[in-house]
Amino acid sequence: MIAFWILAPLMVIAALGILFVRKAVHAAMLLAVVMLSMAVLYLALEAPFLFAVQIIVYTGAILMLFLFVLMLVGVDASDSVVETIRGQRVLATVFGLLLGVVLVTAISQLTLGDAIGLDAANSGGNIEQLANLLFSKYVFAFETTSALLITAAMGAMVLAHRERLTPRPGQAELAAQRMRDYAASGLHLGPLPSPGVYARHNAVDTPALLPDGTAAESSVSRVLSSRGTVRSAPAMAEDVVVIQQQIGGSAPAGGDNVAAATTEEEGA
Amino acid sequence: MSVTPYVVLSAILFSIGAVGVLTRRNAIVVFMCVELMLNASNLALVAFARQNGNLDGQIAAFFVMVVAAAEVVVGLAIIMTIFRTRRSASVDDASLLKY
Repeated sequence: MIAFWILAPLMVIAALGILFVRKAVHAAMLLAVVMLSMAVLYLALEAPFLFAVQIIVYTGAILMLFLFVLMLVGVDASDSVVETIRGQRVLATVFGLLLGVVLVTAISQLTLGDAIGLDAANSGGNIEQLANLLFSKYVFAFETTSALLITAAMGAMVLAHRERLTPRPGQAELAAQRMRDYAASGLHLGPLPSPGVYARHNAVDTPALLPDGTAAESSVSRVLSSRGTVRSAPAMAEDVVVIQQQIGGSAPAGGDNVAAATTEEEGA
Repeated sequence: MSVTPYVVLSAILFSIGAVGVLTRRNAIVVFMCVELMLNASNLALVAFARQNGNLDGQIAAFFVMVVAAAEVVVGLAIIMTIFRTRRSASVDDASLLKY
């Protein structure tokens, strides 16, 4: 029972976290917490087989599948906060709370009495007794499961399969397409501009600056900009004055740290 | 020792999962909340198995796990297919039948 009182608050907090975190990967991690804690609870409830199955199937297979799909979908994984049905969020929360309250009060009204316990039912081993039941009383359901699993595997294969309708474009076709784009919309023929290279920053997430000082959007990966992790180059220069005071250099007219470095070299 | 606390915990987790299904917009997170509800019902099944002193509840929980595994495989494949055609995993974007 000690395990229960430690794990139950943890599980409820993690489950509530799934409702509130913005990133889907975080939700998956919180779900892993809930599932692993639940496995421990199965052990406390004298179900060692389900303990192993919970960890292997749920946490090992299903959750990994979730993470795998999240990595594929990835970029769009954050949630939008726009409500399409007005008041839906509030109503859903109210009815969810109501459901919880009704269920909890109904259960606490019940007097279940002392649990009989599984000592007698588990005699000779939990797995052996489960197998006895599974292959006698529930053998039909067990056989039906095989049909379900095969259908699921077939369905996943059919859904994941994509027929190529057009021939794969080669280098010649891609070059011709580029020229056509250039003729139609004036799209730049050459490669995309590389991101900005600055003295103090790894530049992959920082856009290059155009001659007029604005950021070149196409120089940063589309994935980074949709994740919202792109740095602004002018913001990086904000602390230049502070650093110059720290190293004792006088602020040059240009005000960039390349100039500050050269003045330091001259001093040395 | 009664199993009431376990069943109460299962009810709470089930309600949280239900709220998540109704409020979250990302199809994958909605799916995770469905999994949470399945897990909560599993906990109740295992708890009642212990209460009644027979293993039928554990067998039922085992079957729920099998069905959940099959459901996740197909569901995630559907989400992948929708994402491939629409470039979005939001449940609001798949609304073509509405109009």
